[in-house]
Amino acid sequence: MKGRHLPLMAAPLPPPPDPQFVLRGTQSPVNALHFCQASQAPGSPLLFSGSQSGLVHIWSLQTRRAVATLNGHGGQSVTWLQTLPQGHQLLSQGRDLQLCLWDIAEGRNTIMDSVQLENVGFCRGSILAGGQPRWMLAVPGKGSDEVQILEMPSKTSVCTLKPEADAKPGMPMCLGLWQANSSPRPLLLAGYEDGSVALWDILERKVCSRIACHEEPVMGLDFDSQKAKGVSGSAGKALAVWSLDGLQSLQMYSTHELTNPGIAEVAIRPDRKILATAGWDHRIRIFHWRTMKPLAVLTFHSSSVHCVAFAADGLLAAGSKDQRISLWSLYPCL
Amino acid sequence: MYPSQSAVRLTVQEAVHILKSSEDAGHLLSTLGALKPYLGGAEGTAFPGGKEEFATVHFSAFLRCLVSKLSPSWLELSPGGELEQLWESFFLEGPADQAFLVLMEAIEGTAGPSFRLMKMAQLLATFLSKGRMAALMEEHCQPQKKPGFPLLQETLLSKVVGLPDHLGNHLQQDNLTQFFPQNYFPLLGQEAVRALQAVVDFLRGGLDCSVFFVSQVLGRVCIQGRQKEILGVLVPQLTMLTQDSCLWQRVCWHLVEQVPDRAVEAVLTGLVEATPRPEVLSRLLGNLVVKNKKAQFVMTRKLLFLQYRYTTPMLQSLLGYLAMDSQRQPLLIQVLKELLETWGNSSAVRHTPLVQQRYISTAILICLAYLKESELQDIRDELLASMMAGVKCRLDSSLPPVRRLGMIVAEVISSKIHPEGPLKFQYEDDELSCEMLTLATPRLAGDCSSEAGGPSLAPVATERSEQTMDSSAPPAQPQGSDSELDSDDEFTPYDMSGDKELKSSKAPLYIRDCIEALTTSVDVEHWEAALQVLEGLIYRSPEATREVSVELAKVLLHLEEKTCVAGFQQLRQRALVAVTVKDPAQVAKYLTSQFYSLNYSLRQRMDILDVLTLAAQELSRPRHLQRPPQNSSPGSVTQYSPALAISQPGDAAAPDWRVVVEERIRSKTRRFSKGCPWQELSSSPNEFNSVAGYFFFPLLQHFDRPVVTFDLLGDDQLVLGRLTHTLGSLMYLAVNTTVAVPMGKALLEFVWALRFHVDTYVRRGLLSAVSSVFLSVPTECLLEDLPDELLEARSWLADVAEKDVDEDCRELAVRALLLLERFKDKLLPISSP
Repeated sequence: MKGRHLPLMAAPLPPPPDPQFVLRGTQSPVNALHFCQASQAPGSPLLFSGSQSGLVHIWSLQTRRAVATLNGHGGQSVTWLQTLPQGHQLLSQGRDLQLCLWDIAEGRNTIMDSVQLENVGFCRGSILAGGQPRWMLAVPGKGSDEVQILEMPSKTSVCTLKPEADAKPGMPMCLGLWQANSSPRPLLLAGYEDGSVALWDILERKVCSRIACHEEPVMGLDFDSQKAKGVSGSAGKALAVWSLDGLQSLQMYSTHELTNPGIAEVAIRPDRKILATAGWDHRIRIFHWRTMKPLAVLTFHSSSVHCVAFAADGLLAAGSKDQRISLWSLYPCL
Repeated sequence: MYPSQSAVRLTVQEAVHILKSSEDAGHLLSTLGALKPYLGGAEGTAFPGGKEEFATVHFSAFLRCLVSKLSPSWLELSPGGELEQLWESFFLEGPADQAFLVLMEAIEGTAGPSFRLMKMAQLLATFLSKGRMAALMEEHCQPQKKPGFPLLQETLLSKVVGLPDHLGNHLQQDNLTQFFPQNYFPLLGQEAVRALQAVVDFLRGGLDCSVFFVSQVLGRVCIQGRQKEILGVLVPQLTMLTQDSCLWQRVCWHLVEQVPDRAVEAVLTGLVEATPRPEVLSRLLGNLVVKNKKAQFVMTRKLLFLQYRYTTPMLQSLLGYLAMDSQRQPLLIQVLKELLETWGNSSAVRHTPLVQQRYISTAILICLAYLKESELQDIRDELLASMMAGVKCRLDSSLPPVRRLGMIVAEVISSKIHPEGPLKFQYEDDELSCEMLTLATPRLAGDCSSEAGGPSLAPVATERSEQTMDSSAPPAQPQGSDSELDSDDEFTPYDMSGDKELKSSKAPLYIRDCIEALTTSVDVEHWEAALQVLEGLIYRSPEATREVSVELAKVLLHLEEKTCVAGFQQLRQRALVAVTVKDPAQVAKYLTSQFYSLNYSLRQRMDILDVLTLAAQELSRPRHLQRPPQNSSPGSVTQYSPALAISQPGDAAAPDWRVVVEERIRSKTRRFSKGCPWQELSSSPNEFNSVAGYFFFPLLQHFDRPVVTFDLLGDDQLVLGRLTHTLGSLMYLAVNTTVAVPMGKALLEFVWALRFHVDTYVRRGLLSAVSSVFLSVPTECLLEDLPDELLEARSWLADVAEKDVDEDCRELAVRALLLLERFKDKLLPISSP
């Protein structure tokens, strides 16, 4: 627009970057990653990784070594990790149908509580937690197409979100709980097996809006509540961007064709500048979140990338089936 | 009238007498003044009859007398130039033709550089600048009162047209710029327009007129080759004048009709060149082509079939002219038929230069654009027959441009005569095809559609770009402020060229596994992966390769493309080259033996040739220049083309990073002294030396023995062309080897046997083979062992350089001759002492 891009266009593009460092030692494919929020561990940032062998590793990003290993899922794959904002507590979801709540403060590693799950699918849970002691948890429910909402830590079931009988969206594949700033109503975004994304109003237990984004099952989604825009990746070749208008109805915004099919997870960086996808094609793709311009294709892993996560300071971690976790520092946060 | 006539005679006689004798200025002035009323320009004279008599009978004689008096002293008799002015006025105001003739005669009769000559020349220049030429032509356009001065008119014509030559000859260095042809002929054109204007005025006034004289002038000027100068002025003006005047159009038609026969061609070519649009040509020429046989010949045959130097717009204007009138339309159809006949003639395809074939094709496309489908229906069968013949012999050609031309023209014709199911060929669009295809769209309709299509296309495109590119600024931003708009744009994308489709299957690690995968594997991905890693494996494990080399070559040679692998041909070819390089003797023996055996497709045979050339190139290259075993980016793979082997003997470019590093070192290092950059070249034996024979001689053995499926001297001339190119390349690559001399000898014999081959591609190959013999075989050996062959080759080359239809052939022959000349230069210093 201002001719600023011209000199850049003329110069050859820089070669793709290399990872900043790599964490090895999980000895099993990495299925879930989560950064500990900076406020919880000042001075010693931590990364949690969940592996297929059922172990949760806690990595110190300073020493780049595992500081602890949590074994609570009986050798069954760990699919989701999440810390709670208020305390040193970690949630881990495993394929053994347990959702464990760990106390990890001051080097402890004990299971404080656990929730029995009723669905063996691959769907990861989601939480909605403000500063209050009570928080909300969404997990796949008993029926194959249901989502269960629990109030924690009391574990009381708030409701079960079951699609209407004629909708038949298949299993929920990924969940995202959120709450608009302006309204107290909690909302849930759910990606389903038939490629559609639905927005649930939890209090009314009904679908506000539903759009078919993909041909294949939705594998991961992330939502930017400030821009009211979300992105979802599927087992197919397309990346879909959708937005939410004032009437709480989802609108298709754009789709982006990828070279190879299969996105395991998508993550928007906390500063909402860039977006990363974990590809089954061993590659991590970086997009400009606002324009969806492709920025980089990161090739390091030799097998499918299962998960990506951003730290608050912009560090990107990716875990792969090749048992390695790569960490990348791209486009520094300002 | 008699008395007045005699009175005129008396006056003139007296004046002449006074002029001759008197030296008194006043007397002279009054005498000349008395004659002035007889000139055309003066008014209020009492003797109309006298004027006429003066003009016809006495004027020339009197002017001659005036000329004879011209001298500096005579003119100075009256100070202030009064006398001179009066003297000049007789030439400028009297009848122009006589004045012109007297002037020319006087100039030609005056010798050497002199006052009088210069004076006359200046007078002539004034004569021209005063527009007297127009008056001259105008006089001759009016109905002649006296029937018949054909001789006079003839003289006048030759003087008018030959003026620059005459004056150039006489004035030599003193010539005035006005008389230069580049100035004179445009002026003549201008004057002709004025004369025509006068004619039109006369016609409007109801008088009878003829433009015969102007036509003659035009014709003669054009014959002299001055079309550009005169028509460059004439045509634009006539274009304007004829635009809305029928009278002017008729005058123009007469003008071109009365051009003498021998000048018709010159005038018409000039007109076609100078006229930008068919409708203008139509206005200027009328139905000339129908009326005049000669014009018809020029327009419908000579410009189209016998010459091919005209540009596409000229062809468009010429054929458009034929299409514009219903009387001329049959001619256009006739032309189209004849064009197609020529186009479909296989002998013409072989023996005419490519430029002419392109010219004819262009003409055909233009014709088709001008004809409507209903008009084409009647000649549909004829069109179809010629088209089929033409396409057939063009697709048989070994030259890609000829084939492409065939495809383009055939597509257009078939879309015209079979709109429901036109032919469709596969060829890559290039400049030529785009240009030709745009010709085929009707011009008038094309203009409309482009105007209608333009606006409708544009919004779609912008809309789309908005959607994809500019999603940053959606029309309705729901919430949030984008104050950080600017900083976001700073993200520079990284290079994403490595983002390719993923191949998941496991690639084999050993050559034997590869062979197995390629022969037996049903798993397509496995098969592809094997093909992709094969070249690298061969280079990495030469020992293992040698054990199975022939088997591997056999597998690769028979390998068929199972799936749509990107770059299958290159991968296969490179693997074959690799295996040949690693075990040259065995594999070359196998490949050359297969070349002449049964049951191979032409494709496979040509693959054999390509592989042999590339492998020879690889072997003959010094080792430190040999390319790395595997090219990391498949995009840089280039398929072999015969010319490559010669033009690029070895350019393994140094990696970019090395250049960058060296540059950096150079800029940071301070040196106390600077010698020449010195780089040690490691020497290594030419590996091709020991095996060149295996590559070369078997290929020469059976070329004249056809087998059932393969006839090199018959239909399979494309392979023969490849073979000649390959042999030439092998010869070139065998430079500095011991076997070069027998190779050269054998190759010259081979060339001699085929030297009159009809196919251009084969001839090109032969010529380059001869050149490579000259380059590779040491001079002394050539002269000692092959003197007769050299002489024969030389006469043949000279013949080709002069007469071959193909431009490339001529050029190659000239190059070979130059190489021969160089031998002579090498010999002379030895033989001279």
